Amino acid sequence: MDKVRDLASKKAAVIFTKSSCCMCYSIKTLFYELGASPAIHELDHDPSGRDMEWALRGLGCDPSVPAVFIGGRFVGSAKDVISLHVDGSLKQMLIDAKAIWF
Amino acid sequence: MADASPRTDTSTDDTDEKNQRTLRRLAQNREAARKSRLRKKAYVQQLESSRLKLTQLEQELQRARQQGIFISSSGDQSHSMSGNGALAFDVEYARWLEEHNRQINELRAAVNSHAGDTELRTIVDNVTAHFDDIFRLKGIAAKADVFHVLSGMWKTPAERCFLWIGGFRSSELLKLLANQLEPLTEQQFMGIHNLQQSSQQAEDALSQGMEALQQSLAETLTNGSPGPSGSSGNVANYMGQMAMAMGKLGTLEGFVRQADNLRQQTLQQMHRILTTRQSARALLAINDYFSRLRALSSLWLARPRE
Repeated sequence: MDKVRDLASKKAAVIFTKSSCCMCYSIKTLFYELGASPAIHELDHDPSGRDMEWALRGLGCDPSVPAVFIGGRFVGSAKDVISLHVDGSLKQMLIDAKAIWF
Repeated sequence: MADASPRTDTSTDDTDEKNQRTLRRLAQNREAARKSRLRKKAYVQQLESSRLKLTQLEQELQRARQQGIFISSSGDQSHSMSGNGALAFDVEYARWLEEHNRQINELRAAVNSHAGDTELRTIVDNVTAHFDDIFRLKGIAAKADVFHVLSGMWKTPAERCFLWIGGFRSSELLKLLANQLEPLTEQQFMGIHNLQQSSQQAEDALSQGMEALQQSLAETLTNGSPGPSGSSGNVANYMGQMAMAMGKLGTLEGFVRQADNLRQQTLQQMHRILTTRQSARALLAINDYFSRLRALSSLWLARPRE
């Protein structure tokens, strides 16, 4: 959990993924489309990947990846991100966290 | 003996030729008219038999509905669902569509009779809630048989033209509505524009994820290390490949779920932007569009074929 929180606070937009996860690819694409450059952490390529996955599940993220943090705060999984994008909140959150400028 | 017609001279030669041409033309016209009548008869016969088939299908559907959702001989609920997932969903969808059309007619009547906002709001909310039902049903169906949902075989042919990850494209729907919702306030206009853009971006992102999945699946199935045929290493390799491919196929359900989530969220956001009256008109316009696609499908299926 500490590692998750630690990594999440290091950049305005952070996404935890797995290299094989195509939904993660979709969410990354969405962020790039919005002009954000999120930090990507692949759990399957991290020695503490298992623990981090467990921690993400503990936060209520199901499936565990993709797990999105903005401004250090847990935003949610793919479903949450898409919902927030549709009502315009995602963009505002990214602006507030200075992940994007407009 | 050659018959020398006493009337054969240059002036009546022309008349004769003209008569010949006229006679030929009349004969051709008669022939064309006859063929046209035959074609029409064939077409009408096809329509009649299609109508009969339609009545039969409706009766079967009714019977199936009365029997409830399929009871397998083993009595195992989960087993019967996965075996009949596709069929069960088709029946549920048909039922849903019938109810949806009934609600839309109610909405249309209310709009045409200039009903008050409160009454309109109630009906609009009912229609929206009913939309949530089909998304829920699609979720269950996707779990049971994701390929059936993705195939769009539960929709009519013309609707299938526009299929995107097991359903309609929200961004396209909004484009259709753009002109029909006027007058819009500046804020509403921006809201709808932004909504269209957001749903388009989300659609693109999901499409790219699907492509990545396709690519990944192809790679999984083609990665083979050549070795002596029949070796245990090859068998293990093959099984490993299959296991990995199975895992990837399993993620398809997630894409259908997110695509449906996107559709649902887009509709909800649209209703937030519009007034009650505008929402009512939007729902009617959407229904008009899909009704036409379905009607087109019926015409297409009943078309006369040479």
